[in-house]
Amino acid sequence: MTPSFMQPVPGASRRKRIDGFFKSLCLLASLVAVVILATLLITVFRDGIGRVSMQFLTSMPSSFMPKKAGIQSPLIGSIYVMILTMLIVVPVGIAGAVYLQEFTPKKNAFTRFIQVNISNLAGVPSIVFGMLGLTLFVIFLSLGKSILAGALTMSILVLPMVVLVTQESLKAVPNAYREASLALGTTRWQTIRKIVLPSAIPGILTGIILAAGRAIGETAPLIVVGAVGMVTFLPSKVTDRYTVLPLQILDWIGQPNKDFRPAAAGAILVLVAMLVVLNSVAILIRARSRVTR
Amino acid sequence: MALATKGRLSESLNGVTRRLGFRHYEENFVRTICFLSAAVSIIATVGIVTILVTETIPFFQKNSLLAFLTGTEWAPNNSTPLYGVLPLVAGTLLVTLGSGMVSIPLGLLVGIYLSEYAHPTVRKILKPVLEILAGIPSVVFGYFALNLVTPGLQGFTAKLGEAIPALKVLMPEFSPANASAAAIVVGFMTLPMVASLCEDAISSVPKVMREAAYGLGCTKAEVIAKIVVPAAISGIVASFILALSRAIGETMAVTIAAGASPVMPKGIGSEVMTMTAQIVNYSKGDISRGDPKYQSIFAIGLLLFVVTLLMNLMAQAFVRRMGRHAR
Repeated sequence: MTPSFMQPVPGASRRKRIDGFFKSLCLLASLVAVVILATLLITVFRDGIGRVSMQFLTSMPSSFMPKKAGIQSPLIGSIYVMILTMLIVVPVGIAGAVYLQEFTPKKNAFTRFIQVNISNLAGVPSIVFGMLGLTLFVIFLSLGKSILAGALTMSILVLPMVVLVTQESLKAVPNAYREASLALGTTRWQTIRKIVLPSAIPGILTGIILAAGRAIGETAPLIVVGAVGMVTFLPSKVTDRYTVLPLQILDWIGQPNKDFRPAAAGAILVLVAMLVVLNSVAILIRARSRVTR
Repeated sequence: MALATKGRLSESLNGVTRRLGFRHYEENFVRTICFLSAAVSIIATVGIVTILVTETIPFFQKNSLLAFLTGTEWAPNNSTPLYGVLPLVAGTLLVTLGSGMVSIPLGLLVGIYLSEYAHPTVRKILKPVLEILAGIPSVVFGYFALNLVTPGLQGFTAKLGEAIPALKVLMPEFSPANASAAAIVVGFMTLPMVASLCEDAISSVPKVMREAAYGLGCTKAEVIAKIVVPAAISGIVASFILALSRAIGETMAVTIAAGASPVMPKGIGSEVMTMTAQIVNYSKGDISRGDPKYQSIFAIGLLLFVVTLLMNLMAQAFVRRMGRHAR
């Protein structure tokens, strides 16, 4: 007779089956995410690749010539908004993070308040930032429906992201670096500029690139601050009116004429390609910084 | 030596740098600049609250707050304009809850898979896939809903109705813009967030707890369901709340996919309008500042802000609870 502890536990095979089933369920859920992304990319590629050409990139948009319409002005507009946003948000975001992380190593009530505030700001719906921009920049500072007003609005929207990522990168710099530098008689700022920031740069760059991606993908706040769907001239200064790629896509999606669908898909393809390039750069920077450390 | 051992060296050196002339001024200058930059976030928050409140006051001078919050009709063009926000709230709620039915179960399972099952190589593929999915602009999801999800839903119900005629009456009719398609794409937009936050919460559960359960003879699924998930529940719930809050604030995909008719939703296949879609709708048209429609978007915006803020604060409270438990 086999000893009792070697006899199969009642229900063991059922429990094993449940165990296997649960694992498959988790795997299945993950596969769904992959399949959805693949379907999305394939659909857009299939619908839009026929339209992407040099002519598409260098023609003005149109709402009555689906075959000839291009994305020159929205593409340029998106690039302008992205660059201007980065010019505003990068210095402010990094300086803010440096203050929170380096100048006030001991947390006080004020820095804690800013910290909570930044986390909450990150959760505010993007369209609400548009309403802030509309009242503050478009009307109160009378910047009008200009690129500058759009970029300022976008800067406030991505600011929490830049501050939080920069803070994480600064936290990752070993304290020994700071103390070794300060022991040589440098001031705090010299230590930050020459030691801390250079070591934190890969992480900060990754954050900036992701913020840039957010800046070209976001649409809602720009609609509120007055970017419009169909602009057939190129902006030449920051106070000009403008359009951006997602808005042109929105406009073409809304056209009753189904011939505009390939144009919308083509514009999406260009937008996604820009995001893929940005993300690849971020991944490359992350990979390189891991090797050097 | 005494300096180095007592407190942090950097703190004690502050006294020395104070006497360093130019470097001292530079130090203070930079410190001030950095301080001002950090304060920008406060200005932004104060600005948002001030603007939403002050622009809403004129609206509520003409329309009662009660009528706004409990009215079931949004009809600004009536002879007596009606601004009842409930149709928009119901539309938002329908899309948000629907998106939760996609993002919550799938996100939790993906989070469990990532932290408990996935081979490092699989993780290396799955994580970037989720990051890319999270980074795809909302407009693109709108295109996806309109050109793929809705036709899919329509085809599916038609086929099912043919196969089992008895089900035909139960099937919703899907109009070109409908709440279901919007809910599904918003669900996939917020899935990566749920997955990554759940993964973080689950991986922070101490290993000893798992091993103790294995020692008692639990299978892996039992350890996860009875030990790991309950231990990480605060973080997991926080991720659900954040995903729903994101879905409430989601704008472009729902503007494209859910439609633009501000009426009480008739069903999951009918056209609805969300609060965010109404803001976009009025912003696109050239309406001037004194227009009641212009003022109404600030009332909607204020409601949106308050609801999402409360949800985010709730999520943070859950995360704090999680932190206490881990310690």
